[in-house]
Amino acid sequence: MIDIKDISKSFGKLSVLRGIDLNLNRGQCIALIGPNGCGKTTLIKIILSMVMADKGEVSINGQLITKGIAYKKMIGYMPQIGRYPQNMTIGQIIEMVQSIRNTSENLDLSLYQSFGMDALLDKKMGTLSGGTTQKVSAVLAFMFNPPILILDEPTAGLDPISAEILKEKIIAERNNGKLIIITSHLLSELDNMVSEIIFMQEGKVAFHQSVDKLKTSTGTTNISEAILRILKSKTNE
Amino acid sequence: MNRILKYILLDILKNKFVIAYTIMLAVIGWSSFTLEDSSAKGILTLLNLILLTVPLVSILFAAIYIYNSAEFIELLISHPIKRKDIWLSLFGGLAGSMVIAFILGAGIPLIIYSDLNQSILMLAIGIIITVIFVALAMLCTIIYKDKAKGIGLTIILWIYFALLFDGILLFLMFQFSDYPIEKPMVALTALSPIDLSRILMLLQLDSAALLGYTGAIFNEFFGNTKGMIISFMLLLGWIVIPLIISLKKFNQKDL
Repeated sequence: MIDIKDISKSFGKLSVLRGIDLNLNRGQCIALIGPNGCGKTTLIKIILSMVMADKGEVSINGQLITKGIAYKKMIGYMPQIGRYPQNMTIGQIIEMVQSIRNTSENLDLSLYQSFGMDALLDKKMGTLSGGTTQKVSAVLAFMFNPPILILDEPTAGLDPISAEILKEKIIAERNNGKLIIITSHLLSELDNMVSEIIFMQEGKVAFHQSVDKLKTSTGTTNISEAILRILKSKTNE
Repeated sequence: MNRILKYILLDILKNKFVIAYTIMLAVIGWSSFTLEDSSAKGILTLLNLILLTVPLVSILFAAIYIYNSAEFIELLISHPIKRKDIWLSLFGGLAGSMVIAFILGAGIPLIIYSDLNQSILMLAIGIIITVIFVALAMLCTIIYKDKAKGIGLTIILWIYFALLFDGILLFLMFQFSDYPIEKPMVALTALSPIDLSRILMLLQLDSAALLGYTGAIFNEFFGNTKGMIISFMLLLGWIVIPLIISLKKFNQKDL
Protein backbone atom coordinates (compact mmCIF):
# COMPACT_ATOMS: atom_id res chain seq x y z
CA MET A 1 0.00 0.00 0.00
CA ILE A 2 2.78 2.41 0.89
CA ASP A 3 5.98 1.98 -1.11
CA ILE A 4 8.98 3.89 0.07
CA LYS A 5 11.99 3.77 -2.23
CA ASP A 6 15.42 5.01 -1.30
CA ILE A 7 14.28 8.09 0.59
CA SER A 8 17.02 10.46 1.73
CA LYS A 9 16.68 13.79 3.42
CA SER A 10 19.07 16.19 5.04
CA PHE A 11 18.47 19.47 6.78
CA GLY A 12 21.51 21.55 5.98
CA LYS A 13 24.53 19.48 6.94
CA LEU A 14 22.52 17.15 9.13
CA SER A 15 21.54 14.06 7.22
CA VAL A 16 18.35 12.74 8.81
CA LEU A 17 17.31 9.91 6.49
CA ARG A 18 19.80 7.89 4.49
CA GLY A 19 18.19 5.64 1.96
CA ILE A 20 15.01 4.25 3.49
CA ASP A 21 13.30 1.38 1.65
CA LEU A 22 10.03 0.09 3.04
CA ASN A 23 6.98 -1.72 1.82
CA LEU A 24 3.90 -1.47 4.03
CA ASN A 25 0.67 -3.33 3.36
CA ARG A 26 -2.93 -3.30 4.46
CA GLY A 27 -3.83 -5.21 7.59
CA GLN A 28 -0.50 -4.45 9.16
CA CYS A 29 -0.10 -2.52 12.34
CA ILE A 30 3.41 -1.22 12.33
CA ALA A 31 5.37 0.24 15.20
CA LEU A 32 7.97 2.72 14.07
CA ILE A 33 10.49 2.94 16.87
CA GLY A 34 13.98 4.16 17.47
CA PRO A 35 16.00 6.59 19.56
CA ASN A 36 15.30 10.34 19.50
CA GLY A 37 16.45 11.99 16.32
CA CYS A 38 16.54 8.78 14.29
CA GLY A 39 14.26 10.24 11.63
CA LYS A 40 10.88 8.71 12.52
CA THR A 41 8.99 11.99 12.46
CA THR A 42 10.76 13.13 9.30
CA LEU A 43 9.77 9.90 7.55
CA ILE A 44 6.14 10.40 8.55
CA LYS A 45 6.28 14.01 7.45
CA ILE A 46 7.61 12.92 4.06
CA ILE A 47 4.71 10.49 3.63
CA LEU A 48 2.32 13.35 4.39
CA SER A 49 4.37 15.68 2.12
CA MET A 50 4.98 18.15 4.91
CA VAL A 51 8.65 17.65 4.16
CA MET A 52 10.02 17.16 0.65
CA ALA A 53 12.49 14.33 0.26
CA ASP A 54 15.85 15.12 -1.35
CA LYS A 55 15.99 11.77 -3.09
CA GLY A 56 13.76 8.77 -3.64
CA GLU A 57 10.03 8.41 -3.99
CA VAL A 58 6.96 7.42 -2.02
CA SER A 59 3.91 5.95 -3.68
CA ILE A 60 0.59 5.04 -2.15
CA ASN A 61 -1.48 2.45 -4.01
CA GLY A 62 0.89 2.90 -6.92
CA GLN A 63 0.35 6.65 -7.11
CA LEU A 64 3.35 8.89 -6.49
CA ILE A 65 2.61 11.31 -3.66
CA THR A 66 4.22 14.17 -5.56
CA LYS A 67 1.48 13.84 -8.20
CA GLY A 68 -1.25 15.55 -6.21
CA ILE A 69 -3.03 15.86 -2.91
CA ALA A 70 -5.87 13.40 -3.52
CA TYR A 71 -3.99 10.58 -1.78
CA LYS A 72 -4.37 12.37 1.55
CA LYS A 73 -8.02 11.37 1.55
CA MET A 74 -6.76 7.88 2.33
CA ILE A 75 -4.75 8.98 5.36
CA GLY A 76 -5.80 9.84 8.88
CA TYR A 77 -3.03 11.54 10.81
CA MET A 78 -2.79 12.15 14.51
CA PRO A 79 0.06 14.50 15.41
CA GLN A 80 2.16 14.18 18.51
CA ILE A 81 1.39 17.70 19.68
CA GLY A 82 -1.86 19.06 18.37
CA ARG A 83 -2.12 22.82 18.62
CA TYR A 84 -5.16 24.45 17.16
CA PRO A 85 -6.21 28.07 16.76
CA GLN A 86 -7.11 29.29 20.24
CA ASN A 87 -10.56 30.65 19.53
CA MET A 88 -11.91 27.86 17.35
CA THR A 89 -14.32 25.53 19.08
CA ILE A 90 -14.10 21.76 18.83
CA GLY A 91 -17.29 21.83 16.75
CA GLN A 92 -15.77 24.30 14.28
CA ILE A 93 -12.59 22.26 13.90
CA ILE A 94 -14.58 19.12 13.13
CA GLU A 95 -16.84 21.04 10.74
CA MET A 96 -13.84 22.57 8.99
CA VAL A 97 -12.09 19.25 8.46
CA GLN A 98 -15.36 17.78 7.18
CA SER A 99 -15.62 20.57 4.64
CA ILE A 100 -11.99 20.03 3.56
CA ARG A 101 -12.63 16.31 3.16
CA ASN A 102 -15.88 17.22 1.49
CA THR A 103 -17.73 14.30 2.95
CA SER A 104 -20.44 13.82 5.50
CA GLU A 105 -21.35 10.22 4.77
CA ASN A 106 -19.74 7.07 6.03
CA LEU A 107 -18.35 8.82 9.09
CA ASP A 108 -16.88 6.74 11.88
CA LEU A 109 -18.21 8.33 15.04
CA SER A 110 -17.25 5.62 17.54
CA LEU A 111 -14.31 7.52 19.07
CA TYR A 112 -16.32 10.74 18.94
CA GLN A 113 -18.95 9.05 21.06
CA SER A 114 -16.66 7.20 23.45
CA PHE A 115 -14.68 10.37 24.16
CA GLY A 116 -17.94 12.25 24.81
CA MET A 117 -17.19 14.96 22.25
CA ASP A 118 -20.86 15.92 22.00
CA ALA A 119 -20.70 17.70 25.33
CA LEU A 120 -17.54 19.57 24.40
CA LEU A 121 -18.46 20.94 20.96
CA ASP A 122 -18.67 24.56 22.13
CA LYS A 123 -15.39 24.54 24.04
CA LYS A 124 -12.64 26.75 22.65
CA MET A 125 -9.42 24.96 21.77
CA GLY A 126 -7.42 27.44 23.84
CA THR A 127 -9.14 26.34 27.03
CA LEU A 128 -8.64 22.59 26.57
CA SER A 129 -6.13 20.47 28.47
CA GLY A 130 -3.41 18.64 26.57
CA GLY A 131 -5.25 15.34 26.89
CA THR A 132 -8.52 16.69 25.52
CA THR A 133 -6.64 18.25 22.59
CA GLN A 134 -5.16 14.80 21.90
CA LYS A 135 -8.67 13.35 21.93
CA VAL A 136 -9.74 15.88 19.31
CA SER A 137 -6.76 14.89 17.16
CA ALA A 138 -7.66 11.21 17.55
CA VAL A 139 -11.30 11.80 16.67
CA LEU A 140 -10.27 13.69 13.52
CA ALA A 141 -7.83 10.98 12.46
CA PHE A 142 -10.37 8.16 12.70
CA MET A 143 -13.51 10.03 11.69
CA PHE A 144 -13.28 9.67 7.93
CA ASN A 145 -12.61 5.95 7.82
CA PRO A 146 -9.26 6.31 6.06
CA PRO A 147 -7.56 3.08 4.94
CA ILE A 148 -4.23 4.34 6.33
CA LEU A 149 -3.74 5.67 9.84
CA ILE A 150 -0.58 7.41 10.95
CA LEU A 151 -0.42 7.96 14.69
CA ASP A 152 2.47 9.86 16.23
CA GLU A 153 2.73 8.98 19.95
CA PRO A 154 -1.03 8.46 20.10
CA THR A 155 -1.44 7.71 23.80
CA ALA A 156 1.03 10.28 25.16
CA GLY A 157 -0.90 12.68 27.35
CA LEU A 158 -4.10 10.66 27.46
CA ASP A 159 -5.52 9.42 30.74
CA PRO A 160 -5.44 5.62 31.20
CA ILE A 161 -9.10 5.11 30.36
CA SER A 162 -8.96 7.15 27.17
CA ALA A 163 -5.65 5.52 26.22
CA GLU A 164 -7.35 2.13 26.59
CA ILE A 165 -10.30 3.26 24.43
CA LEU A 166 -7.88 4.44 21.75
CA LYS A 167 -5.87 1.21 21.87
CA GLU A 168 -9.01 -0.87 21.45
CA LYS A 169 -10.00 1.30 18.52
CA ILE A 170 -6.57 0.83 16.93
CA ILE A 171 -6.85 -2.96 17.30
CA ALA A 172 -10.38 -2.93 15.86
CA GLU A 173 -9.23 -0.93 12.83
CA ARG A 174 -6.26 -3.25 12.31
CA ASN A 175 -8.66 -6.18 12.26
CA ASN A 176 -10.71 -4.26 9.69
CA GLY A 177 -7.73 -4.51 7.36
CA LYS A 178 -6.37 -1.01 7.64
CA LEU A 179 -2.73 -0.07 7.55
CA ILE A 180 -1.72 1.53 10.83
CA ILE A 181 1.63 3.16 11.54
CA ILE A 182 2.38 4.05 15.14
CA THR A 183 5.41 5.76 16.56
CA SER A 184 5.90 5.34 20.25
CA HIS A 185 8.52 5.31 22.94
CA LEU A 186 6.35 3.26 25.26
CA LEU A 187 7.30 -0.19 24.04
CA SER A 188 5.24 -1.93 26.71
CA GLU A 189 1.95 -0.60 25.36
CA LEU A 190 2.68 -1.83 21.85
CA ASP A 191 2.17 -5.47 22.85
CA ASN A 192 -1.10 -6.92 21.48
CA MET A 193 -1.44 -3.93 19.22
CA VAL A 194 1.28 -4.15 16.60
CA SER A 195 2.08 -6.88 14.11
CA GLU A 196 5.37 -5.55 12.76
CA ILE A 197 8.27 -3.57 14.10
CA ILE A 198 10.43 -1.15 12.17
CA PHE A 199 13.44 -0.10 14.15
CA MET A 200 15.22 2.99 12.87
CA GLN A 201 18.66 4.15 13.82
CA GLU A 202 20.66 7.08 12.51
CA GLY A 203 18.42 7.59 9.53
CA LYS A 204 18.38 3.97 8.41
CA VAL A 205 16.09 1.02 8.93
CA ALA A 206 17.98 -1.17 11.41
CA PHE A 207 15.46 -3.98 11.08
CA HIS A 208 11.92 -4.61 9.85
CA GLN A 209 10.35 -7.77 11.20
CA SER A 210 7.05 -9.21 12.26
CA VAL A 211 6.50 -9.31 16.00
CA ASP A 212 6.09 -13.10 16.06
CA LYS A 213 9.39 -13.68 14.31
CA LEU A 214 11.08 -11.19 16.54
CA LYS A 215 9.82 -12.93 19.66
CA THR A 216 10.77 -16.41 18.54
CA SER A 217 14.20 -15.41 17.27
CA THR A 218 15.06 -13.70 20.53
CA GLY A 219 13.19 -16.15 22.75
CA THR A 220 11.26 -13.46 24.57
CA THR A 221 7.58 -12.91 25.26
CA ASN A 222 7.20 -9.18 24.82
CA ILE A 223 8.39 -6.49 22.48
CA SER A 224 10.44 -4.38 24.86
CA GLU A 225 12.54 -7.35 25.95
CA ALA A 226 13.04 -8.47 22.37
CA ILE A 227 14.22 -5.02 21.30
CA LEU A 228 16.57 -4.71 24.24
CA ARG A 229 18.01 -8.15 23.47
CA ILE A 230 18.68 -7.18 19.87
CA LEU A 231 20.23 -3.86 20.83
CA LYS A 232 22.51 -5.56 23.34
CA SER A 233 23.63 -8.19 20.86
CA LYS A 234 24.37 -5.44 18.35
CA THR A 235 26.53 -3.48 20.74
CA ASN A 236 28.38 -6.69 21.64
CA GLU A 237 29.27 -7.38 18.03
CA MET B 1 -10.02 28.03 -0.33
CA ASN B 2 -13.25 29.31 1.20
CA ARG B 3 -13.52 26.01 2.98
CA ILE B 4 -11.13 27.11 5.71
CA LEU B 5 -11.06 30.90 5.27
CA LYS B 6 -14.30 31.31 7.19
CA TYR B 7 -13.02 29.45 10.23
CA ILE B 8 -9.68 31.27 10.30
CA LEU B 9 -11.40 34.64 9.96
CA LEU B 10 -13.78 33.83 12.83
CA ASP B 11 -10.90 32.65 14.99
CA ILE B 12 -8.92 35.86 14.49
CA LEU B 13 -11.90 38.17 14.95
CA LYS B 14 -12.52 36.58 18.35
CA ASN B 15 -8.91 37.20 19.34
CA LYS B 16 -8.66 39.58 22.31
CA PHE B 17 -5.74 41.40 20.70
CA VAL B 18 -7.78 42.25 17.61
CA ILE B 19 -10.64 43.50 19.76
CA ALA B 20 -8.20 45.69 21.73
CA TYR B 21 -6.76 46.98 18.43
CA THR B 22 -10.24 47.97 17.24
CA ILE B 23 -10.85 49.85 20.48
CA MET B 24 -7.44 51.54 20.25
CA LEU B 25 -8.18 52.73 16.71
CA ALA B 26 -11.57 54.03 17.81
CA VAL B 27 -9.99 55.97 20.67
CA ILE B 28 -7.36 57.43 18.30
CA GLY B 29 -10.04 58.28 15.75
CA TRP B 30 -12.50 59.95 18.11
CA SER B 31 -9.84 61.84 20.03
CA SER B 32 -8.10 63.14 16.88
CA PHE B 33 -11.31 64.77 15.78
CA THR B 34 -12.66 65.96 19.12
CA LEU B 35 -9.36 67.37 20.43
CA GLU B 36 -8.46 69.31 17.30
CA ASP B 37 -10.56 72.35 16.48
CA SER B 38 -11.02 71.66 12.78
CA SER B 39 -11.66 68.44 10.91
CA ALA B 40 -8.71 69.22 8.58
CA LYS B 41 -6.34 69.23 11.53
CA GLY B 42 -8.06 66.20 12.94
CA ILE B 43 -7.55 64.15 9.81
CA LEU B 44 -3.87 65.17 9.72
CA THR B 45 -3.37 63.97 13.30
CA LEU B 46 -5.23 60.78 12.50
CA LEU B 47 -3.14 60.23 9.37
CA ASN B 48 0.11 60.43 11.31
CA LEU B 49 -1.13 58.16 14.09
CA ILE B 50 -2.52 55.61 11.66
CA LEU B 51 0.63 55.52 9.54
CA LEU B 52 2.60 54.81 12.69
CA THR B 53 0.40 52.26 14.47
CA VAL B 54 -1.43 50.33 11.75
CA PRO B 55 1.73 48.96 10.06
CA LEU B 56 3.25 47.93 13.40
CA VAL B 57 0.17 46.14 14.68
CA SER B 58 -0.58 44.47 11.34
CA ILE B 59 2.92 43.11 10.76
CA LEU B 60 3.47 41.98 14.36
CA PHE B 61 0.09 40.37 14.89
CA ALA B 62 0.17 38.58 11.54
CA ALA B 63 3.68 37.23 12.13
CA ILE B 64 2.86 36.01 15.65
CA TYR B 65 -0.35 34.38 14.45
CA ILE B 66 1.45 32.50 11.66
CA TYR B 67 4.18 31.29 14.02
CA ASN B 68 1.58 30.11 16.53
CA SER B 69 -0.26 28.28 13.77
CA ALA B 70 2.72 26.11 12.82
CA GLU B 71 1.15 22.89 14.15
CA PHE B 72 -2.24 23.85 12.76
CA ILE B 73 -0.70 24.31 9.31
CA GLU B 74 0.86 20.85 9.62
CA LEU B 75 -2.49 19.39 10.53
CA LEU B 76 -4.13 21.05 7.53
CA ILE B 77 -1.43 19.72 5.22
CA SER B 78 -2.21 16.18 6.37
CA HIS B 79 -5.67 16.67 4.86
CA PRO B 80 -6.47 16.84 1.14
CA ILE B 81 -6.10 20.59 0.71
CA LYS B 82 -3.52 22.38 -1.40
CA ARG B 83 -0.70 24.29 0.25
CA LYS B 84 -1.62 27.30 -1.84
CA ASP B 85 -5.15 27.29 -0.41
CA ILE B 86 -3.85 27.04 3.15
CA TRP B 87 -1.47 29.95 2.70
CA LEU B 88 -3.95 32.18 0.90
CA SER B 89 -6.64 31.41 3.48
CA LEU B 90 -4.28 32.40 6.27
CA PHE B 91 -3.49 35.60 4.38
CA GLY B 92 -7.16 36.25 3.69
CA GLY B 93 -8.12 35.59 7.30
CA LEU B 94 -5.42 37.84 8.71
CA ALA B 95 -5.84 40.66 6.19
CA GLY B 96 -9.63 40.43 6.36
CA SER B 97 -9.86 40.59 10.13
CA MET B 98 -7.33 43.42 10.46
CA VAL B 99 -9.20 45.37 7.78
CA ILE B 100 -12.50 44.81 9.57
CA ALA B 101 -10.91 46.01 12.81
CA PHE B 102 -9.59 49.11 11.02
CA ILE B 103 -12.92 49.96 9.41
CA LEU B 104 -14.84 49.49 12.66
CA GLY B 105 -12.29 51.43 14.71
CA ALA B 106 -11.16 54.32 12.54
CA GLY B 107 -13.85 54.30 9.86
CA ILE B 108 -16.79 55.42 11.96
CA PRO B 109 -15.25 58.66 13.34
CA LEU B 110 -13.83 59.39 9.87
CA ILE B 111 -17.20 59.16 8.18
CA ILE B 112 -18.88 61.22 10.90
CA TYR B 113 -16.37 64.05 11.25
CA SER B 114 -14.60 64.37 7.94
CA ASP B 115 -15.32 65.30 4.37
CA LEU B 116 -16.55 62.25 2.46
CA ASN B 117 -13.84 62.24 -0.26
CA GLN B 118 -11.08 62.61 2.27
CA SER B 119 -12.41 59.93 4.56
CA ILE B 120 -12.82 57.47 1.69
CA LEU B 121 -9.21 58.06 0.60
CA MET B 122 -8.05 57.76 4.20
CA LEU B 123 -9.94 54.47 4.64
CA ALA B 124 -8.57 53.13 1.36
CA ILE B 125 -5.03 54.02 2.44
CA GLY B 126 -5.52 52.43 5.86
CA ILE B 127 -6.90 49.25 4.31
CA ILE B 128 -4.08 48.98 1.77
CA ILE B 129 -1.41 49.67 4.40
CA THR B 130 -2.93 46.95 6.61
CA VAL B 131 -2.91 44.40 3.81
CA ILE B 132 0.63 45.36 2.72
CA PHE B 133 2.02 44.78 6.18
CA VAL B 134 0.17 41.49 6.59
CA ALA B 135 1.76 40.38 3.29
CA LEU B 136 5.19 41.50 4.51
CA ALA B 137 4.62 39.53 7.73
CA MET B 138 3.86 36.40 5.69
CA LEU B 139 7.16 36.91 3.88
CA CYS B 140 9.08 37.36 7.15
CA THR B 141 7.63 34.19 8.68
CA ILE B 142 8.60 32.17 5.63
CA ILE B 143 12.16 33.53 5.58
CA TYR B 144 12.89 32.56 9.18
CA LYS B 145 11.61 29.38 10.76
CA ASP B 146 12.75 30.68 14.12
CA LYS B 147 10.07 32.81 15.76
CA ALA B 148 12.44 35.25 17.49
CA LYS B 149 14.35 35.97 14.28
CA GLY B 150 11.18 36.35 12.23
CA ILE B 151 9.57 38.75 14.65
CA GLY B 152 12.85 40.67 14.87
CA LEU B 153 12.76 41.03 11.11
CA THR B 154 9.19 42.37 11.18
CA ILE B 155 10.20 45.00 13.75
CA ILE B 156 13.23 46.00 11.67
CA LEU B 157 11.00 46.34 8.61
CA TRP B 158 8.60 48.52 10.55
CA ILE B 159 11.40 50.75 11.89
CA TYR B 160 12.78 51.04 8.38
CA PHE B 161 9.48 52.00 6.73
CA ALA B 162 8.04 54.12 9.54
CA LEU B 163 11.13 55.95 10.77
CA LEU B 164 14.40 55.28 8.94
CA PHE B 165 13.15 55.79 5.42
CA ASP B 166 12.14 59.40 6.13
CA GLY B 167 15.55 60.00 7.62
CA ILE B 168 17.26 58.61 4.55
CA LEU B 169 15.11 60.80 2.29
CA LEU B 170 15.92 63.90 4.34
CA PHE B 171 19.61 63.04 4.30
CA LEU B 172 19.58 62.68 0.52
CA MET B 173 17.69 65.95 0.16
CA PHE B 174 20.27 67.86 2.17
CA GLN B 175 23.25 66.17 0.57
CA PHE B 176 22.03 66.81 -2.95
CA SER B 177 20.23 70.08 -2.35
CA ASP B 178 22.35 71.80 -5.01
CA TYR B 179 20.95 69.52 -7.68
CA PRO B 180 17.44 69.23 -9.10
CA ILE B 181 16.48 66.18 -7.06
CA GLU B 182 12.73 66.69 -6.87
CA LYS B 183 11.96 64.19 -9.60
CA PRO B 184 14.19 61.40 -8.29
CA MET B 185 12.54 62.06 -4.93
CA VAL B 186 9.15 61.20 -6.40
CA ALA B 187 10.60 57.93 -7.65
CA LEU B 188 12.21 57.20 -4.30
CA THR B 189 8.94 57.49 -2.42
CA ALA B 190 7.73 54.46 -4.31
CA LEU B 191 10.18 52.46 -2.20
CA SER B 192 8.14 53.00 0.93
CA PRO B 193 4.41 52.30 1.01
CA ILE B 194 4.02 54.46 4.11
CA ASP B 195 5.52 57.55 2.48
CA LEU B 196 3.61 56.94 -0.70
CA SER B 197 0.35 56.85 1.27
CA ARG B 198 1.28 59.90 3.30
CA ILE B 199 1.92 61.96 0.17
CA LEU B 200 -1.26 60.73 -1.48
CA MET B 201 -3.27 61.84 1.53
CA LEU B 202 -1.44 65.13 2.17
CA LEU B 203 -2.05 66.29 -1.38
CA GLN B 204 -5.79 66.01 -0.77
CA LEU B 205 -5.51 68.31 2.25
CA ASP B 206 -4.95 72.06 2.28
CA SER B 207 -1.71 71.64 4.17
CA ALA B 208 -0.12 70.47 0.91
CA ALA B 209 0.67 74.13 0.28
CA LEU B 210 3.20 73.97 3.10
CA LEU B 211 5.31 71.51 1.12
CA GLY B 212 6.69 74.32 -1.07
CA TYR B 213 8.40 73.60 -4.36
CA THR B 214 8.76 69.88 -3.66
CA GLY B 215 5.07 69.85 -2.92
CA ALA B 216 4.40 71.39 -6.31
CA ILE B 217 6.42 68.66 -8.01
CA PHE B 218 4.64 66.00 -5.98
CA ASN B 219 1.34 67.59 -6.85
CA GLU B 220 2.22 67.57 -10.51
CA PHE B 221 2.83 63.84 -10.36
CA PHE B 222 0.40 62.53 -7.73
CA GLY B 223 -2.26 65.20 -7.98
CA ASN B 224 -3.83 63.98 -11.22
CA THR B 225 -5.74 60.81 -11.92
CA LYS B 226 -2.85 59.17 -13.72
CA GLY B 227 -0.54 59.76 -10.78
CA MET B 228 -3.16 58.41 -8.39
CA ILE B 229 -3.61 55.26 -10.46
CA ILE B 230 0.13 54.72 -10.70
CA SER B 231 0.60 55.15 -6.97
CA PHE B 232 -2.24 52.77 -6.15
CA MET B 233 -0.71 50.25 -8.55
CA LEU B 234 2.58 50.65 -6.70
CA LEU B 235 0.81 50.04 -3.40
CA LEU B 236 -0.87 46.96 -4.84
CA GLY B 237 2.58 45.79 -5.92
CA TRP B 238 3.64 46.00 -2.29
CA ILE B 239 0.88 43.49 -1.52
CA VAL B 240 1.21 41.15 -4.47
CA ILE B 241 4.98 40.79 -4.66
CA PRO B 242 5.67 39.77 -1.03
CA LEU B 243 2.62 37.51 -1.11
CA ILE B 244 3.67 35.70 -4.29
CA ILE B 245 7.25 35.26 -3.07
CA SER B 246 6.03 33.89 0.26
CA LEU B 247 3.57 31.57 -1.49
CA LYS B 248 6.27 30.16 -3.77
CA LYS B 249 8.51 29.56 -0.77
CA PHE B 250 5.70 28.02 1.27
CA ASN B 251 4.96 25.53 -1.52
CA GLN B 252 8.50 24.17 -1.20
CA LYS B 253 8.91 24.54 2.53
CA ASP B 254 9.74 21.72 4.95
CA LEU B 255 7.50 22.03 7.97
